[in-house]
Amino acid sequence: MTVDLDSAVVAKGAVAPPAPLPVLTANDLQVYYGDFQAVRNVHLAIPRNEIVAMIGPSGCGKSTVLRCFNRMNELIDGCRVTGHVCYHGVDLYDPRVDAVEVRRRIGMVFQKPNPFPKSVYENVVFGPRIAGVARAEFDGIVESSLRKAALWDEVKDRLKASALGLSGGQQQRLCIARAIASNPDVLLMDEPCSALDPIATGRIEDLMHELKADYTIVIVTHNMQQAARVSDRTAFFTVEVSSDSDRRTGVLVEYDDTEKIFSNPSDSRTENYVTGRFG
Amino acid sequence: MAVARVLDAGMADRVKVSLTGARDGRGFLFRTLLQLALLLTVVILAALLVQVLTLGWETLATRLGDFLTAESRSRAHEAGVFQGLRGTLWIGVITTLVAFPLGVSAAVYLEEYAPRNRMTAFIELNIRNLAGVPSVVYGILAYTIFVTLLRPVTGGKTALSGALAVAVLVLPVVIITSAEAIRAVPDSLREAGFGVGATRWEVIRSHVLPYAAPGILTGTLLSLGRALGEAAPLILVGAVAGSVGYSGGLLDPGQLREQFTAMPIVIATWSTNARPGFDQITAAAIVVLLVVVLMANAAAIGLRNRFEKKR
Repeated sequence: MTVDLDSAVVAKGAVAPPAPLPVLTANDLQVYYGDFQAVRNVHLAIPRNEIVAMIGPSGCGKSTVLRCFNRMNELIDGCRVTGHVCYHGVDLYDPRVDAVEVRRRIGMVFQKPNPFPKSVYENVVFGPRIAGVARAEFDGIVESSLRKAALWDEVKDRLKASALGLSGGQQQRLCIARAIASNPDVLLMDEPCSALDPIATGRIEDLMHELKADYTIVIVTHNMQQAARVSDRTAFFTVEVSSDSDRRTGVLVEYDDTEKIFSNPSDSRTENYVTGRFG
Repeated sequence: MAVARVLDAGMADRVKVSLTGARDGRGFLFRTLLQLALLLTVVILAALLVQVLTLGWETLATRLGDFLTAESRSRAHEAGVFQGLRGTLWIGVITTLVAFPLGVSAAVYLEEYAPRNRMTAFIELNIRNLAGVPSVVYGILAYTIFVTLLRPVTGGKTALSGALAVAVLVLPVVIITSAEAIRAVPDSLREAGFGVGATRWEVIRSHVLPYAAPGILTGTLLSLGRALGEAAPLILVGAVAGSVGYSGGLLDPGQLREQFTAMPIVIATWSTNARPGFDQITAAAIVVLLVVVLMANAAAIGLRNRFEKKR
């Protein structure tokens, strides 16, 4: 197995990649906070150019799993990950892999819009700037990223104005543009619409459908309708309370085509949750 | 119908009663006490200012230029604060140059790099304790280290030794206020940086420090202003209580390697002088020191406003 991310990306660009080679896979993934196990035995494969939704009740570990995909978890003190998370076949947790490089390829959009307190322009170019992209390319990157995030027409006349002056929905699209600007091939979205109104949410969902052509998207959501609307596949997580202590551990119950999860799930726990009968 | 109307009337009465209620006597008392506390502080401050200004006014009004440029003399009407001003200026400059980068760096390390364990907690606790250590103690430490051990570097009882003593004195305060400003930076901002592939250093330089800068500057410069009024550590490192032999100009850095005096020393010395006129020039010197400290604070506020606009 290679640990060279570059060769992995070259492999991606090769002619006609073998059909459903997954971009990301989780094998036997376990996550601990201190000696408390937060997530147990997750197996998951995320195919290219699809949208995968992760749903489940609060505390089921779906955000934790999402953050394993770009090693954001290791910024939390005491967090430990075992098992394998592979990106184009490269184990992200191999000691030779640089987390910073991983996050340049696997971008992230957070629950609360978190633009930098700088101008719209500076927000978008931050990623390219630290990646050493030539200054001359910045204007082009800003326009194309903002266009892809369906924000260009609204902000093209105030690129130098502070990003904090935008509305919540615009800020979140700016965060998507910022993630895109680093030219990743996966976008992780952690409840990206939970702080937005229905109109802004609709725009982000439309946007995700467009982005699917170029990116692979993993989205965590509390909103089952959203999962049903936007995703190709859905992973349902739940919480298991251990019998001898009060420890709550997240487990992956079922992972399948979204249509199947919402119409004909194999597991009764999934059915109870998606039909609203969950406790 | 009639019954309903009677019930309604009863309801309206009850509502009216519960809305009017009894006057909140204790609340009123509490509020008054708080106002008195504020009033007392303001009155003390005002009394201090009025007393100093009335006493020092004659000197400031009739011979301000002379007072600022003359040396300390034995006759009050000839004495001036020039040497004290020169010493305080250089102490301020060197203290800032030493304590600011050192303190901010230590704070960044503590908040952004150091693992959260017992050792770190122990160090933080000790820094907090150091901030409460009396300034005389720092004077003794500074004498041993800067005047005696580092004599080849500092030149002994010089303004440089005095400045380093004050720097050591303000260092814990600078670290604590900077650490608090850095802690107040929202984690979402750090995550945003890491999320697009920034290294820890890039996140700190591009986002954490600019966001924390107003808080760091305010805390640091306010503590510096306070430290410029400290006489005790300077007396211990050998500040001269009278006229200094060295005769360089105000902005001459030669002062650093020469014997020195400073505004608080001048004030302390004059205030114990019983000869006529010294009460008045002591008050005038206090006004000068106050203006210097106010100028440092104004600079702090100006810088903070600039950084706040930027972020």
